[in-house]
Amino acid sequence: MTALPLPTRRQEDWRYSDVESVAPLWPLPDPVAIHVGAGEQASHRLLQDAADGAVAIHDYAIHVEAGGRCTFHLLNIGGKLGRVTFRVTLGKGAHFGLYGAMIGGGEQTLEIVTSVTHAEPDGTSEQIVRSILGQKAVGTYLGRIEVARDAQKTDAVQSIKAMLLDRTATANAKPELEIYADDVKCAHGCAVGELDRQALFYMASRGMEPQAARSLLLQAFVAGVFDDIGDEAERERFDTAALAKLEALAGQGGGA
Amino acid sequence: MSLLRIENLTNTVADKPILKGLSLTLNAGEIHAIMGPNGAGKSTLAYTLGGRPGYEVTGGSVEFDGQDLFDMEPHERAAAGLFLGFQYPVEIPGVSNLQFLRESLNSQRKARGLDPLSGGEFIKLAKEKAGLLGLDMEMLKRPVNVGFSGGEKKRNEMVQMGILDPKLAILDETDSGLDIDALRVVGEGINAIMRKPDKAVLLITHYQRLLDYVKPDFVHVLAGGRIVKSGGADLALELEREGYAEVLA
Repeated sequence: MTALPLPTRRQEDWRYSDVESVAPLWPLPDPVAIHVGAGEQASHRLLQDAADGAVAIHDYAIHVEAGGRCTFHLLNIGGKLGRVTFRVTLGKGAHFGLYGAMIGGGEQTLEIVTSVTHAEPDGTSEQIVRSILGQKAVGTYLGRIEVARDAQKTDAVQSIKAMLLDRTATANAKPELEIYADDVKCAHGCAVGELDRQALFYMASRGMEPQAARSLLLQAFVAGVFDDIGDEAERERFDTAALAKLEALAGQGGGA
Repeated sequence: MSLLRIENLTNTVADKPILKGLSLTLNAGEIHAIMGPNGAGKSTLAYTLGGRPGYEVTGGSVEFDGQDLFDMEPHERAAAGLFLGFQYPVEIPGVSNLQFLRESLNSQRKARGLDPLSGGEFIKLAKEKAGLLGLDMEMLKRPVNVGFSGGEKKRNEMVQMGILDPKLAILDETDSGLDIDALRVVGEGINAIMRKPDKAVLLITHYQRLLDYVKPDFVHVLAGGRIVKSGGADLALELEREGYAEVLA
């Protein structure tokens, strides 16, 4: 435990957060440590589905040694503040994959904050995050990638997309690169959009009710995020929870 | 009996008047072709009948199968038996054709008080209609229109029409983007699906060539937001030979 002062929004990592909600939990426990040894493979996941009004903060410190692979599937949908952070260090030729979805409504604040350090050459990382936000929800992705001076041939990808169901919802997406090596690939894409009106009319013209059409488009938007979960029952659990949250969101009347 | 009765229809798109008093009646068992120069309002007519947002009706009336068309939302029009074939079919990433069509069909069935089709029944129906249009079943497993060529998109529209089995099809330039062979397949598909005593088709086209396969009972010329000339199948040939300017002079 460290006696750090409460975070404020002046700190980059907390810039869009609901810092008032953090106070009762402060100081936060140490992050959960995940250590993947050389050449090992690990897959982890978190379904953050805390009760309404709860504050859920999950911090992970992940270290992947040479040639190791770590994938993490994350569904972040619960609580008034749902915050999941990753501090990742990759050894030579190591890989980290984050496949996440955030679905929020009401006045929820949902966040994924990552900091991936490619400390040695030949490492790869891939982060794919899809967010659907309705009503007054705020969804934030802050993704920092640091490539150390010697970490040549690093390949880091970030694909961040958010869908806003209401004008009152907010999506923040901020990839941040700090690159000290000169032979690296760091691709990042961010997009914030609304449901495709042409698609909605096309679906209506085939007889689909507006609610069903919206719901199908939203499912399609997050589809695929959990496809790589090897355990079928677990994959089902993530897909079902995501679908239930989408339906709850639609039922609350959030929408274009 | 008349399936579609359009009387003195006027509308605006982005505040600009497009249709300026269009009247047209389609009886069950008839195929009508609408031809006309660019900008005449052909696609506007299709979208207005389909209920696309932004196509504002400012006057006139449309009765579809005894009901006021404009009393119905777009999905209700579909459930009542109206099908709109798009000139530019929309791509929907992440939603498979089969899922899209099954949801659509079962929504329509629900609106008509019918039980939904089971997965097996639906697949059987989809296979039959895809076969009719020469579209590979594998295409139907892919996301709606994503990565389809222009011709594949138009075939897919016709497969959808076959599965949804409407009373009235409004086909907006279904022939554009088709090569000669695809044109024949699509034309034969339209005949097989829609050439029935209780159905009608409104074919919107620029060219005579589709009409070689789908023989219209009536041909109308739309210009300046109105039907300015009507005739039989030979009117299309005359237009093709002499051009709109000559025929309308």
